[in-house]
Amino acid sequence: MKNIKFLILGIFFAIVLSKTQAISWYRFYEMFKFQSFHMFGIIGGAVVISMIFMQLFKNGKIKDINGNKIVPKPKKKGFVRTVLGGTFFGLGWGISGACAAPIFVILGFKLIPALILLFGALIGTLIYGVLSKKLPN
Amino acid sequence: MDFILQPWAWYIGGPLIAISLLLYFYFGQNFGASTNFETLCTIAGADKFSDYFKKDWKDRDFALMFVVGLIIGGFISAYFLTPDKSIDLNPKTVQELTDLGFTEVTNQYFPDEIFGEEAYFSLKGFLILIVSGIFIGFGTRYAGGCTSGHAITGLSNLEIPSLLAVIGFFIGGIIATWFIIPILF
Repeated sequence: MKNIKFLILGIFFAIVLSKTQAISWYRFYEMFKFQSFHMFGIIGGAVVISMIFMQLFKNGKIKDINGNKIVPKPKKKGFVRTVLGGTFFGLGWGISGACAAPIFVILGFKLIPALILLFGALIGTLIYGVLSKKLPN
Repeated sequence: MDFILQPWAWYIGGPLIAISLLLYFYFGQNFGASTNFETLCTIAGADKFSDYFKKDWKDRDFALMFVVGLIIGGFISAYFLTPDKSIDLNPKTVQELTDLGFTEVTNQYFPDEIFGEEAYFSLKGFLILIVSGIFIGFGTRYAGGCTSGHAITGLSNLEIPSLLAVIGFFIGGIIATWFIIPILF
């Protein structure tokens, strides 16, 4: 059971998102309306501290569990795909107040609506997969 | 115990999310959540529709374990760790939402108007959820990441594609909350 650590990390991450209200529809509404610092503080704080970790990965001060250098996978490039794809994602996020990880966490809070969201997300992924070669990059 | 049951401030949440990212990489994998949508599609047989899904999902068993953890963690949080689901929102936000017809605005995590039984059993409510889900799934795979993969991992690694994706997230989120929500409600 070498993957049990990911299970425990998932439980931990879900608790962090739940306790900081970073799964709440209202918190994201507030964020997109720029009416509160809370979500900006959470995401901004996570990014700033992660930047330090990234530096420590790069200069080899932190290695992975097997002693290998940690090299985050580069992201796929492309202006249209990132901005347009991001906009679609933002529309879904803004209306439903859920993004990828929270959908799974929300199953514990609101089972049926979260299942509908998840089902939609899988249909959306399927649509992307089918169209992927035809979409502009 | 008191601390566990109180809502946690942003300056607790930010570092704990960064530590989650650190552990994920320490365990030898890239931090992110939305690739799991692809994996779940593959398991459900989506490779019949597109070669895009012809992948060996067993390579991503660690990520599926993370997802199972997210679900378990959600149930634990909902039933044991959040006895107080009230949210300290900006009074302006509360007023706006009340004017749109939302009720119980500061008393819960999820509005009844979207997540309540009456909402999702109605055609309009069901469509709101399913279409949002489709946008989330399509958008995150097209953009190559979600809030975890782009906004946190990518931005902290100074990736230009992630900056563009986050700009896209905000364009979409602003259109949704400033223009679409007032039309829908």
